[in-house]
Amino acid sequence: MSNQYIIFPVLFQLFTAIVLMFFWTKRTAQKFISMGGSVIALGIAVWLFSTVWNGGIFTMQAGSWQAPFGITFVADVFSSTLVLLTAISGLAVSVFSAGSVRNRRIKFGYFPIFHLLLMGLNGAFLTGDIFNLYVWFEIIIISSFVLLTLGGEKPQIEGSIKYVTMNLLASVIFLTAIAILYGLAGSLNMADLSLKIPEIENQGLVNVTAILFLIGFGIKSAVFPLYFWLPASYHTPPPAISAIFGGLLTKVGVYALFRVFTLIFVPDEFTGNLISWIAVFTILAGGLGALVQTNIRKAFSYLIVCHIGFMIAGLGIYTELAIAGAIFYLIHDITVKTNLFLVSGMIFKIEGTYNMRYMGGLYRSWPKLSLLMAIPLFSLVGIPPLSGFWAKIFLIEAGFRTNEYVVIAFIILGSFLTLFVIARIWAEVFWKKGAELPKKEYVKYFFELRRAKQYAMIIPIVLLSAVTLYIGLGAENIVAVAKVIGADLMDPSQYIEAVLGNSNPTDAP
Amino acid sequence: MKTIIFKTASTYLLPILLLFSVFILLRGHYLPGGGFVGGLIASIAYVLHSFANGLDRTKDVIKFHPGFLMPVGLSLSLLSGMAPLLHELPFMTGLWAHDPVPVLGNIGSALFFDIGVYLVVVGVVLTIIFTISESI
Amino acid sequence: MELLLAIIVGLLYASGIYMMLRRSLVKLIIGLILLGNGANILIFLLGRIVKGKPPIIEDSAKVLTDIYADPVPQALILTAIVISFGLQAFAIILVKRAYKVVGTDDLDQMNATDEDL
Repeated sequence: MSNQYIIFPVLFQLFTAIVLMFFWTKRTAQKFISMGGSVIALGIAVWLFSTVWNGGIFTMQAGSWQAPFGITFVADVFSSTLVLLTAISGLAVSVFSAGSVRNRRIKFGYFPIFHLLLMGLNGAFLTGDIFNLYVWFEIIIISSFVLLTLGGEKPQIEGSIKYVTMNLLASVIFLTAIAILYGLAGSLNMADLSLKIPEIENQGLVNVTAILFLIGFGIKSAVFPLYFWLPASYHTPPPAISAIFGGLLTKVGVYALFRVFTLIFVPDEFTGNLISWIAVFTILAGGLGALVQTNIRKAFSYLIVCHIGFMIAGLGIYTELAIAGAIFYLIHDITVKTNLFLVSGMIFKIEGTYNMRYMGGLYRSWPKLSLLMAIPLFSLVGIPPLSGFWAKIFLIEAGFRTNEYVVIAFIILGSFLTLFVIARIWAEVFWKKGAELPKKEYVKYFFELRRAKQYAMIIPIVLLSAVTLYIGLGAENIVAVAKVIGADLMDPSQYIEAVLGNSNPTDAP
Repeated sequence: MKTIIFKTASTYLLPILLLFSVFILLRGHYLPGGGFVGGLIASIAYVLHSFANGLDRTKDVIKFHPGFLMPVGLSLSLLSGMAPLLHELPFMTGLWAHDPVPVLGNIGSALFFDIGVYLVVVGVVLTIIFTISESI
Repeated sequence: MELLLAIIVGLLYASGIYMMLRRSLVKLIIGLILLGNGANILIFLLGRIVKGKPPIIEDSAKVLTDIYADPVPQALILTAIVISFGLQAFAIILVKRAYKVVGTDDLDQMNATDEDL
């Protein structure tokens, strides 16, 4: 079915960014426009999700050029779920930024670029064209470059050089893969490619292209041999920015992997095994890396890598149940990781340091806030009935059904490593007796902030924790969504029919 | 550069190059050209002027911060892209006037989109170049 | 023509990767630019090169019947060029700023992110 309005999540973020650019010098106005825009964007995303959930897959042919010749935008349940999660995280980070981001950064255009980043994310989730996906990826990375370097000191600049280099390399590899794919199949529409790829004689070259896509998206989603840039850069920018990076940027890579490897390249035995092994080593590398960190944000960065492995493991097992489990994990991970980095920013504002060796006694001095922060920390571990638990249950069950015992063992090992890291953070930051830390001149402490700013930092954490609790306690609803997505991804015929079998006369120019 | 020939020439080159950039912008729909190239030519005109007369003089000529052109151009492009939605057509569908206008030819929403691109390119390029040359 | 372009693509990729592996920041950026150009020519090459056959439909006909040059790769390259223009402008400013802040362009000296903050 065609629906011209599914592109609104993209257009509205652009609109907000433009309005913010007109208010370039007015800092307070920018904060309110950004928050208001994010609330409306959440409304649009809820509308999109409910429309797609009730009415099936919707498409839009940009410029009335029929698929496969024009650029198609497709909203299926997978895309619209991710758009909804982007809107939720975007709202939380927007409110948190209003409370915590320095005026110096706002002066350089923090808020407009933040909304352009969200526009890129929504575009990447909604597009049905592989080259258009590349364009949205570029919009995402160029906005993230600016956000990462904005007003930066030495560590931030050095971190961003690593980030910029690896992401530019990933883009070139992605572009190379698109070039070869276009040369092979003569099409860029993903649904069309899905039909054309099996008919190509030279399947060896198709596999090479698939591996190029795997490397390109692998760098972006930080999987095993290609993840080193992530722990080197994610802990350097302000917490609001690392929250949106940690929550959403690596997940776009995961989204692209899921989309490309279910729709275009169906993994054969070799690719499937390769993805499984990558997942296993990603879990191991991320978990072990997190063990030795004393900087809490660095520990969280390694945990991102570790948990990317869980999702990739679902893709490696490649059954409907495994994909559904991985999608559940993705939904849980976006909210929790965004929340964790916001929590780390809150801890920094209270203690004045990110190093857990020097902190302590947070539970004694701020008991209510500590309980609030416990929700994301423990749902990350997956303590039942919090959200991480259900996702892992599905993954492990899928592993038992296909006898992938190595993957199961590593998922359990990864969970234990996560548990250990979180328990250590809890003990060091919250329970340990804290020493009096010397007050730093340049840090503005939490208790010094105005009331409104304090609430602007607490409310997003409450919001995201509520979403996490809903995912955990209302798991049957999320499971229903994840199962629909899993079924859609494993059987793309509906997607292809929605894109190509569309000859509605009102669309004709 | 401080040669008198370059300095004198740049004063005349600026309007000519700007006119040329508008020409390139307008011919862009059926022939080589368009908003991006036109915008680059327009910004090169200002860059040339700043080479000959110094950055401050060029800023006086422009009178406002070039970064302001970015939101103006973006909003023009966004509006022209969204105009088809009023007719229940998909985003970015080309809408064309029935009768051609003298000199300009057929007017359509694509032209306004291109003008938006032109403004954005001028704004971005000038902002980048001014930022780089200011911090040297 | 195809062979020549294929060799150029190979050279651009090879020299781009070689430059990226050097320790200097400026060479890193040059390497990225070369890689990007290599990818653009690769798109051009893989879109099949047809000489002197523009994809223009005659007034009397409705469809193209003859062999024609595919316009899509050129649109893709144009988009990729515009994007890499923006990215490279940003990367150059970043390198300059990094040189100012860190005081060196040797990548081996840039390990402040590994220290505990």
